Amino acid sequence: MASASAKTDERVRELSWFNRLLSRPEFGALSGAILVFVMFTIFAWDASTNSSGFLGWRAVVTWLKFSAEIGIIGIGATLLMIGGEFDLSVGSIIGMTSLILLAPIVLYGWAPWQAILLTLAVAVLLGWINGTLVNATGLPSFIVTLAFLYIYRGLTLVVTRALTGGATRVDIQALVGQNGIADVPQAREFIRSDRLAQLFSGEVWLSPKIVGFLGNIGLIPIQTRNVLDPATGQRTPMDLPIIDGIPVAVGWWIGLTILAIILLQRTQLGNWIFGTGGHAESARNMGVPTNRVKILLFMGTALCGTILSILQVFEAGSSEVLRGQLKEFEAIIVAVIGGTLLTGGYGSVAGAFWGALIYGMIARGTEIVRWMPNDWFRIFLGVGLLAAVLFNTYIRKRATEAK
Amino acid sequence: MAAPLVELKDIVKTFGSVIALNGVTTSVDKGQVLCLLGDNGAGKSTLIKTLSGVHTPTSGQIYMEGQPVTFRSPRDAQRLGIATVHQHLSIQPLMSVSRNFFMGQEPTSERKWLGPLNLIKKDFADTTAREEMAKMGIDIRDPNQIVGTMSGGERQVLAIARAIYFGAKVLILDEPTAALGVKQAGVVLRYIAQVKAKGLAVVFITHNVHHAYPVADKFTILKRGQSYGTFMKEEVSREDVLAMMAGKEELDALEAELEEFARADDAKGKGGDSEFEAAAAAEHALAKSLHEESDHFKKG
Repeated sequence: MASASAKTDERVRELSWFNRLLSRPEFGALSGAILVFVMFTIFAWDASTNSSGFLGWRAVVTWLKFSAEIGIIGIGATLLMIGGEFDLSVGSIIGMTSLILLAPIVLYGWAPWQAILLTLAVAVLLGWINGTLVNATGLPSFIVTLAFLYIYRGLTLVVTRALTGGATRVDIQALVGQNGIADVPQAREFIRSDRLAQLFSGEVWLSPKIVGFLGNIGLIPIQTRNVLDPATGQRTPMDLPIIDGIPVAVGWWIGLTILAIILLQRTQLGNWIFGTGGHAESARNMGVPTNRVKILLFMGTALCGTILSILQVFEAGSSEVLRGQLKEFEAIIVAVIGGTLLTGGYGSVAGAFWGALIYGMIARGTEIVRWMPNDWFRIFLGVGLLAAVLFNTYIRKRATEAK
Repeated sequence: MAAPLVELKDIVKTFGSVIALNGVTTSVDKGQVLCLLGDNGAGKSTLIKTLSGVHTPTSGQIYMEGQPVTFRSPRDAQRLGIATVHQHLSIQPLMSVSRNFFMGQEPTSERKWLGPLNLIKKDFADTTAREEMAKMGIDIRDPNQIVGTMSGGERQVLAIARAIYFGAKVLILDEPTAALGVKQAGVVLRYIAQVKAKGLAVVFITHNVHHAYPVADKFTILKRGQSYGTFMKEEVSREDVLAMMAGKEELDALEAELEEFARADDAKGKGGDSEFEAAAAAEHALAKSLHEESDHFKKG
């Protein structure tokens, strides 16, 4: 053993901690997130109050929530991309599932939890269709899911028009008059009273209490707001912390990210995902059921899209035909900024987390910084995407170059 | 004499009208290296794909320790201890050594009901991968090192070490030295000798006699889908093998053809009928070899 190690020592280079960090796929996204955070903190600096508008409680909640929404679908896209495939239909799935969720509740009197279960089941089915078709035809998933981008969007439009008699949205307002519901706030309260729906609306569990406590001890500014009492329908002014709590989307985002990291890095399925995307034939030779892995991954993207869809429906109180448009590309952007290779076999969910944070900070930061036109957002994003791809290519070359 | 570990009898494999293998018989025993030699298109890949369960033979039978066996998939063959190491198709370059080592057969905890969601025993995987590689004489410091940073020979060794660890009795090596430099090829040949010493049967596919001869105990030479014969090492010299592989007649014909050209050049100076005759003979030889070549292509 000793002689063997002495023999190979000259060829094994001890990497410094910095080099090790540099070769992690999420390194680029993490440093990018820090850079964007510092940039916007400085851009939004207000000399009169000696604080940054970017770090205000409301501002933080705003960009966190936006990051969370894109981050949730970014997780599914990242896993699928590591598995070597794309899903361009996820935006249309968001639109379609928003209809499948809300229509049974407002038009057919389903309980919200029944509609949620149906929607999740449909998501699994849509993912299965995508995956099975990609496997069966051997066509690039780019083309197959591009077709479904149009098919699902078209179906959503056709069905929405048929159900509503020509409208392009289903609204929670249609509940008014059923079950003794008198107005829209009561309709919202009806949905919020459902145990399963609570998981998808409002704030993260306990966070309103924590925020309230922080407000009481003066850590969070207090503001007088008119609050609606659902029992009486009266609005009464109350002194409340400036934010309600952490939006539930942020909880989903962080929770799903942790689950996906464990799945990818620690489980057998995670190993199979890397293998399927890296070299499918080799993985198959070693006994990995690559077709089943791909179907599961397509189900994963559809489920992530659907979770976002449920969150948005309960927040907006409506389903819209065009909901989720372009989200398929935003999910891929987040994955790529996060260090995942477009060719598959390499990537990181943690990277996608930071990628989504970059996305959210830029998107909302350009609004928070008053002198910066919001139109700049897309330019930043495009440049960021290009930089991320160049950086990733460089890192991969470093990582795989034979000595 | 006991039945050999693996025996192929009269294997025929046809793809539509193409006869890829036409009655090939050979065998390999424990602690023996069988070299399958043959030029491109000789049927080597078809034969090993049949042995590794990718193809089912059209007719003929595979025996293991005297018992007839049928493989419906590569997994069937793997279960009986036949492991195939492909040149490029066994390794994930962007994954770590230990992840590659256990790809598809990850060591997991006892909670079997979790299925593939079960956690990998990472420490066990890391130490095992490292130990098994050390047994083959390769010291990897970091089992999390990406395989892409290893040399071609080391990657082959990783695939071989993995096959041995998972209980292979027969190791099929598909052109393991084809893309390697002289030194790296030497590394792989040394491991083949080690594997043989461990008592495994090795089927070594190559078209390089110089790689085959030093490690082989036995040669089966394939030519255009047919077995040219199986020879023990004692019976044949390196030159004999080379001659049989390239085809003695073809080489002779080529030699004769080249001589004709040389004579034609000589005759040019002298003029007369002999020039015409020599040119005609050369043309004839060339036409014959072209004809044979086109035949060769037709039959695959």
